[in-house]
Amino acid sequence: MIPNLDNLPVYDTAGVNERIARFCSRSIKSNSKLEGLRLALSMVDLTTLEGKDTTGKVQQICYKAMHPHDTLKNIPTVAAVCVYPAQVANAVKALKDSGIQVASVATAFPSGQSSLEVKLLDTKFAVDQGANEIDMVISRGQFLAGNYQYVFDEIVAVKKVCGQAHLKVILETGELDTLDNVRKASELAIYAGADFIKTSTGKIQPAATMQVTYVMLDAIKDYYIKTGKMIGMKPAGGISTSKIALQYLVMLNEVLGEKWMNKNYFRFGASSLVNDILMQLVKAETGIYQSSNYFSKD
Amino acid sequence: MSRLAIQKTYKLYIGGKFPRSESGRFYAINNSKGNLIANMCLASRKDFRNAVVIARNAQSSWANSSALNKGQILYRIAEMLEGRKEQFIAELIAQGETAENAKTEVLLAIDRLVYFAGWSDKYQQFFSCINPVSSAHFNFSVLEPVGVVAVIAPEKQSLLGLISVIAPAIVGGNTVIVLASESKPLSAISFAEVLNSSDVPGGVVNILTGKKEELVNQFASHMDINSIIYCGTDEQLILSISELASNNVKRTTFYKKNDWASDSCESPYFIEKTQEVKTTWHPTEI
Repeated sequence: MIPNLDNLPVYDTAGVNERIARFCSRSIKSNSKLEGLRLALSMVDLTTLEGKDTTGKVQQICYKAMHPHDTLKNIPTVAAVCVYPAQVANAVKALKDSGIQVASVATAFPSGQSSLEVKLLDTKFAVDQGANEIDMVISRGQFLAGNYQYVFDEIVAVKKVCGQAHLKVILETGELDTLDNVRKASELAIYAGADFIKTSTGKIQPAATMQVTYVMLDAIKDYYIKTGKMIGMKPAGGISTSKIALQYLVMLNEVLGEKWMNKNYFRFGASSLVNDILMQLVKAETGIYQSSNYFSKD
Repeated sequence: MSRLAIQKTYKLYIGGKFPRSESGRFYAINNSKGNLIANMCLASRKDFRNAVVIARNAQSSWANSSALNKGQILYRIAEMLEGRKEQFIAELIAQGETAENAKTEVLLAIDRLVYFAGWSDKYQQFFSCINPVSSAHFNFSVLEPVGVVAVIAPEKQSLLGLISVIAPAIVGGNTVIVLASESKPLSAISFAEVLNSSDVPGGVVNILTGKKEELVNQFASHMDINSIIYCGTDEQLILSISELASNNVKRTTFYKKNDWASDSCESPYFIEKTQEVKTTWHPTEI
């Protein structure tokens, strides 16, 4: 049933900014930094969501997902590869039994401006092709118009079609305008059955920010306190450097705690982040600052 | 009541901005009598790393700007320097030059900028060529900038030497990161103010002040640096730079000259030092 949205916490932007400034001032050096970088790498949903994606491109990022680097030792694979429904079969084939999940965007991604029927078919197609995770978008137009019931029912319907596949619900916070709206949309998604809530499609600016991620983590925390159920979080878009990724991990640790510090409950939707983490890891191993020229472009 | 003079804070110059060193460190520059002239930022390897990222991002658009435009901008630097030459002369004197040498150095530095400005649309013709080959190809070689150049500026003639090395590198479409003279760094940072008011895009010239022994190995080893220029005579340092530079086959240039005032410092071959030759084989028949 749709949650009560009337008594939600109200967010004071200045207060949120101040809290985030504190997360960003933590000093994480040497071994902790390396551990953090490896953890971040293991949480990446390596993403390619472009009209020009081809079988070859998808195979290439699947290879990258399984073998992030040739010579670095003790590095994890990424958590998942995230593609459009039409590329799911390619990704499933390329990843075989590597243990890496295949995530697919669905429900008329990125705008979500289509009928429920089309969205469900879109989801079903991706699941049938072998996607283990579905990243759906909410109907922001309906949400902003106040039709919360519509948004809620849509998520419930998509969740049903997902079956065993995990459902990540993209709020597209860049279009929700206020932190209070982000909190409302988080509540809707969580109560409608989302396994993860995700900030953005990556197609709208601003994409993931620490502010909206903080609000979403807060919603997850309140839900956990109330029901004991853990919901995952996925910031996506614009997280391209190791430094920012570590700041997100600090925030995750301080808001939700250690139980969430793994790929089952936290993901980064990113592509260029992987190379930046690898460059940092090679730098730590060799003592030499790296150049992107020596890392695969994908 | 007498007025307190306002002292200038000498900071680094990275990406068209004047940040302090992220390390918060500084070192003192004294004159020959042992009195403090200024505190300089003691740049760290992180300052250098940040500068490399910025220089890399600035490189392609700078290289793609027209030769005419690059020439105009170099000429503009000369114009700005001309307008502030008294300040530069005073600064050199404060750092131990005689009045006469200081004046000569500043005037020569201005002229040197004009000299390299003039080469902007000419060096390509000078070095490019059509090569005779015995197949049905039109074969030609042209110069392209190497990319991001790290420069360890001369210790003496801290203004003229600096300009003599960076002007040919930037006129050829490279971006540079310079470690200024360790003992006489004031002119380099004042020169950054000139650069900043001369339409030089941010990131094309980045100037650090600090210790050679801390930074040279970073300059030489960084994989995103394409060429390193060392001005000095320390053979041990030259060896270590050569070894580290070999990791990513940086082009190395070592200037051991003492006198940057001599006529031999005006030559298009200074531009060629930071260029790569690209040869194209173009089929002429089927």
